[in-house]
This record gives sequence, structure tokens and C-alpha cells, in this order.
Amino acid sequence: MTDSAILDAFFEECEDLLVALSDGLEDMREGRADSETVNAVFRAVHSIKGAAGAFSLEDLVGFAHTFETVLDEVRSDKLTADDDLLRVLQRAGDILANLVDAARDDIPADRDQVDPVIEELQSFLGTEAAAEEEFVFEALSLSFDGAASAARYVVRFKPGQEFYATGNDPVLFIAALQDLGPCEITVEKTELPEDFDSFVWNEGYLTWQIIVGDQQNDLAIREVFQFAEDLCELQIAEEDLDEDAPAGDADLADVVAPDVDTPVDVAPVDLPPVDTPPAAPAPEADAPSTAAAKTEKPVKRAASTLRVDPERVDRLINAVGELIINQSVISQRIDEAELPNSAELYGDLDDYKLLAREIQEGVMAIRAQPVKPLFQRMLRIGREAADATGKDVNLITEGEGTEVDKIVVERLADPLTHMIRNAIDHGIESPEDRAATDKPKTGTLRLTASQRSGSIVIEIIDDGAGLNRKRIKQIAVEKGLVSADATLSEQEIDHLLFAPGFSTASVVTNLSGRGVGMDVVKTAITALGGRIAISSVAGQGTTFSITLPLTLAVMDGMIIHIGGQTMVVPIASILETIRPSPADLAEIGLSNHLLRIRGEYVPIIDLASRLGIAPRATALTDRVLLLLQTESVSQCALAVDDILDQRQVVVKSMKGSYGEISGISGATILGDGKIALIIDPEAIAAVQANELNAQVTAQREVSHAAT
Amino acid sequence: MLQHDDPKGEKQTEFVTLVAGGQSFCIEITQIREIRRWSPVTLLPHSPSYVLGVINLRGAVIPILDLAAKLGFPAIEPTERHVIIITAIDDRIVGLLVESVSEILGVQTDMVRETPKTEEDAATRAVEGIIPVGDNMIKIINLDALLHTSLLAAA
Repeated sequence: MTDSAILDAFFEECEDLLVALSDGLEDMREGRADSETVNAVFRAVHSIKGAAGAFSLEDLVGFAHTFETVLDEVRSDKLTADDDLLRVLQRAGDILANLVDAARDDIPADRDQVDPVIEELQSFLGTEAAAEEEFVFEALSLSFDGAASAARYVVRFKPGQEFYATGNDPVLFIAALQDLGPCEITVEKTELPEDFDSFVWNEGYLTWQIIVGDQQNDLAIREVFQFAEDLCELQIAEEDLDEDAPAGDADLADVVAPDVDTPVDVAPVDLPPVDTPPAAPAPEADAPSTAAAKTEKPVKRAASTLRVDPERVDRLINAVGELIINQSVISQRIDEAELPNSAELYGDLDDYKLLAREIQEGVMAIRAQPVKPLFQRMLRIGREAADATGKDVNLITEGEGTEVDKIVVERLADPLTHMIRNAIDHGIESPEDRAATDKPKTGTLRLTASQRSGSIVIEIIDDGAGLNRKRIKQIAVEKGLVSADATLSEQEIDHLLFAPGFSTASVVTNLSGRGVGMDVVKTAITALGGRIAISSVAGQGTTFSITLPLTLAVMDGMIIHIGGQTMVVPIASILETIRPSPADLAEIGLSNHLLRIRGEYVPIIDLASRLGIAPRATALTDRVLLLLQTESVSQCALAVDDILDQRQVVVKSMKGSYGEISGISGATILGDGKIALIIDPEAIAAVQANELNAQVTAQREVSHAAT
Repeated sequence: MLQHDDPKGEKQTEFVTLVAGGQSFCIEITQIREIRRWSPVTLLPHSPSYVLGVINLRGAVIPILDLAAKLGFPAIEPTERHVIIITAIDDRIVGLLVESVSEILGVQTDMVRETPKTEEDAATRAVEGIIPVGDNMIKIINLDALLHTSLLAAA
């Protein structure tokens, strides 16, 4: 294992610890904390400090140390966690997270940010901060909570040819172990050849078993073998454990993954000899003696997470994609064979379908991650933004347990950061303004995640002033995005925010308005197959909702016929399907139609003409209408020739081999091996909305050409 | 281009010769993945006339272009007897519909002539050299030049 891999594991571990830290602080703030909460927070900081020390991340260690010292005071009731202190602690938690990020990206820490917080922390400490060293030891012994009585470790040590060839002597190693504590040493000679002829002079035939007593953990033992690990067969285990973890991995786990319950100081330390004898000395190796306390630890660690190379999961997902295609091929073949309806094969086929779907969902679940770490990062960003703008904002997250595809979580970070900053910078008013409008002085920003029928919905809700539509339109006109005399609905105005090159801030602050606007957010969301919508009430606030598909590779689609072609419409955007009666239809203009549904008039888009193909059926009443929910024109009806089926399809991108096609988001392979294009309802509907602005756009292009 | 020494110590390159728009062309063999019979394609909306559509090649979605139409000749009416050459440059895989594929031609590198300067059209832009074979002259297609323009236009 390379250094960078160990470092990566450390940062992953830090993520978990930061989550624990942030949870704990949150509980303290809400008054739900007991002494265990404070301990957990302390341990999280302590573990980060310990591991960071092993990697010589000085900034991180220094800050964590001060932080931890304050927490220790709180823990030992020398300091009371009042609002003031909690605010500083929370800020310190944010800084710690920033420092971890900085260390990961290998950039220097922002001292301007860090130092004031260190000072604030120290102001709580008074003069007691001096007693550093003692405190560290105290922390160690406390965190072991008395349960960590000295254990006996079994070291199986079999030097090989290489060991001897590099000039090592087993005697020295055994002597070093004897220095650590009382040792029982036995040697196994069973591998020695019977006859002299088969004796190889430089082979290592002997295996030593050394039982080292009085050990808190195996770190000191491992240190003895530090440079010889690769040269010999080495197993180190607590005496009563049957399974011996492979040396290398166990080593790593101990260095970078300290269990939350028992922080292990990473710097190898010679533990002071403990006077008390092992709690229950085990005379025989297989006797489960000191079991309870000790076996609990590894089990807990194993149960928490399984780290897998994402590439392996991706390969599995691809294979499952092919399985689903194959399943539809087989079911189509069986349909074509026209077996009697009673054939058992149909039942088996249904089972196959169910299984394939189950496997697919299972595989997708491997990639799914809770949005919690992402949300907590957003809280941090939100607090920083509130501090920077001097606004009083209460940040609330909901539905942190909602699970989303790993890629989605990763790619949401940037758009969400932007939106959170926007909401605080532009959305929520200053305390004075809020007071003037009878609102509570503290603004509220809610970040919620939930799962709604096959999609994930993430909402950012502020209780600020709402969108200033007049101003938005004015800016859009100034920037040439719309013509001054265009009549736009509120929704259309709201969507101008997403137009490229639009930025509402009249003053560029260092928080938002750095030239990247909401169009970048929209592009990022669209790239994930998602949608974004705005709703805003003047004076009451603004809600941005992002709807994302659960998975990226497979989606539920409705298979349709249009002009002799088979195509797929994502079910996520279909509200309902309608076979219209003449009474439902109304003409508007020469060739445009409206659909009358529940008292509303909805524009009908002829998919065939939109895609430039000739429809089979001409009269609208012979066709099927799909009522779509889209963001640009709220609702529209898509006219298609017929609906064939509804099934899962595997999405294949065409960008690599062909390029983007307007109105088409990708392709899939159907049961008969033919390709069906996947319609992008958003783009299809957007064309209509765009027609409004077509003239303006044309003018703009002319002026561009002129410059 | 892949070149290897033949026993006489001269550089040799292999080309697959084909007919499109009634004329002889060739494509370097290392750029060709496989050759398959015409099978019906899935049409693409808003595509230029020389883009026939896409096919399913063992799970991958591959666009098919009419080489004759792309080079400015009348479009090929595809039938069972026509052939698709699947080409691959870098990671991009594209199928070219041609009238027929004739043979594999081993050519000494020094036999390849530069394209004489003529008035430029779609075909000459995509030709990077000519090979005289008997009374015939075979034009080498530069796939990069051919596909670069076509795919940009298509997208």
C-alpha cells in the first residue's frame, strides 16, 4: 500500500469523523447533549489530530489541539457550553473541516480564517492552556475507559529466505519483543526436512511463536517488525482471536481508522507498564477468555463500511445493464414464439424479470450514499456565508438520510454551494430589513432531501424577500436576453435566472456573483439528468427544487411509436397519458392545438414534426397525448402515434460517438436489438418557449457578428 | 500509419479498397474495426442527409454515414448487398456505408503520391494521397478530416 493510498484512507476517515463532530455539536446546540455527546465530539477531534500527526499535517494538528483542549474543559465541566462557546465551537468545527479539505488538496491553510478562531478558542481557556502534555495522556487513559486492560498478543513469525539474505537476525527481533513485556517463546520445527538431501541451505524452516504480555495494543509490536514485514511471514493477533488479519491491512486500519470508541494515539508509543495483570489471562489460545470487550471492537469496525474500488462497482453496473437488455431480448423472443398462454415459461419469465430488477436495484444501492456529508458541508458554507454577510441565518437540514448515487452526491456539491451562497447573499434580507417588515430577525434557510416516486427532490427554501421579478426582467433586457416589450409570465421571468450570462447582484460580492450564474447550476443539474424549478412569493421567500433521477444508468421509460420509429419517453416527466376526444381539443392559429384538461389549456407539441419525421396518424384524435411536466412551460402535451410498453431501459450516451442531438438525450437498445432514441422532454418543450425569444436571439447574433 | 518492414526491407502499409459513388477509395487497415452487411438503422432527427442513423453494434450505439453522400456523390440506396465499414479513430467509432469492398492492398510507402492540387470539393478535402494501381488510381481517405467536419456539422 502506498503512502497516498494511506493518506486517502485517512481523509475518508476524516469525513466520517467530521460528520460525528458536526452531529455532536448540533446536539449540544439543541440542548440534547449528555456527557457522552461531549465525549464523542472530543474523540472525533482527538482522532483527527492523532492521525494528522502521523502525516505531519502541522496546521491541522495545531488547530485540532487547541480545539480539543477547549472540548476537554467542557468535558470535565470546567467550562459550560453556553451559546457563546457553542457558536465558537461550531465555527471551530467548520475550520477543522476546511483544514482537512486544505490538507487533502495540499494547499496551505487560510491563516486569516484559522487564527481568529484559535484566538477565540484560547480566550475560553485562560491560563490553563499550558498543561498540554499531561492532558494528552489523561485523554488517552480516559478514552480507554478502563476496559482496555493489558492484553496478550500472539506473534507468529516465520522469516523467509529474503529475511536472512538481507542480514536480519531473528534473535534481535525476539529480544526487542522481550523488551516490550514478558514473552513466552516457542519454536516450530515441523517444516524442517526429514532427510538432509532436501535441505536447502538458505531456506527459512523455523517458525517462532511469541506471546507478548502486557500490551495495550499491537502498535509497539508492529513497530518492532516495521522494516521486516515484507521479508517474513508475520501474524500478530490478540491471544483469543482465531482469525489473524493480514499484517499490512491491519496495520493500516490501526493507523488511519482509529475506532471512535478507542482512539489510538498513532505515534507509536511505548506504553507505560500497567501493573494490573491481564483481566483474564487465557492459558490456551482457543479459549474465548477476554472475549466480550475485545471481540466487540473488530466486529463493529467491519460492520460500519466496506470500501470498494468504484471501478469494480461500475463494471458490475455495466454488466447488470447488459443483463436487463438481455432480459428484454429473451422476453421478446418468447413473445414471438407465441406459446400457449398457460406455458409455465411465462411465470419463469416474470421471475427472471423480478430478479433482474432486484439485482439492478441492489447494485445501484451499493453506489448510493446518504446526502448527510454533503448537507453538512453545505451547512458549513452557509454559516460562513452568513458570517461574511453579517446576516442572522438559521440553517436547517432535513432528510439527511436520503440516499443518492455517489456521482450525484459529488456533482451536487458545486451547484448547491452556489445556491446556498446565493440564498444567503441575495435571498435573505439583512436583520434591519427583516425587522422593518415584521419578520423574525433571524432568517431561515432549509435544505431538504426526500425521495418521491423514483426521483430525489432536493429543496433549498429561504424565507427571504423573494425574487424581484421586475429587477430580473430589467436586467435580462439590459443584457439583451429578452426584448423590452416581451410579455413574460412570472414563471418565464423566474427562468431568466438560468439564462447564460445572467447575474442579479448589482454589486459583485466575494460570495456570489463571480460571473458564474445560475446557468452553471442548471447545466450541472441537467447533466445529472435532473431538473430545477423555482417558486417564489414576494416577501415570503424563494424555493429552488432540484429533481434528480435515482440512478444514472437505468431509467423507467415509456416505449412509444412515432412515424414508424420506436422511441422512449422518460416516465419521470410523464404526468398522464390521454387519448383525446374531439371535445378535448381546441385549435389555435393555423396548425396549433391546445388540450383542454380539467379546465386548463395545455399546448400540444407534435413530436413527429418537432423531430422532422412524418407521423403515421394525422388526426390528433387517433393519437395518444402524453401530458408532460417540464420546467420551462410547466405543462405540455406531446402527441405520439401510439404507446407500446413501459419498461426499464439502459441509457447509452451518444455524445461520444455522434454528438448532441436537440431533443434527444440518449439511446437505448430494445429487446429486438434495435436502437430506440430517448426523448428529452425538457428540450422538446423548451423549443416552444424559445420561439418567443427567437427574434431577440437573432438580433443578438447580428449584433455579435457586427462587433 | 502502421508500417512494417517486408523481407526486402521496404516500408509497407495495408489498405482496404472500396467503391463509393462509383470511384475507388481506400482506408488504412488499422483504422478499420470490422466490415458488416447493411442492416436497417434507427433514424436520427435533425441530422444531415449523409447521416443514415445509428445501429447497435454489440451494445454500443454507432452512427452510420453514407460515404458517397458525404463525399458529395449521389446518396447510396442501401440494400442487402451494400456494406458498412466500421472505423475507429481514437475512441470514436463510426460506420461508413459503401457500395462494395474489394481487396486488401499492400503498398510500399514510396508508392503513395501526394494529391495533385485541384479545385477543392467535399471529396478532395477528405483525400490525403493517391495510389496508382495498374491503370487505376485509388484515393486514400483521411478519416480524421472526413469525420471532423461531418460530426461537427451533425452536432
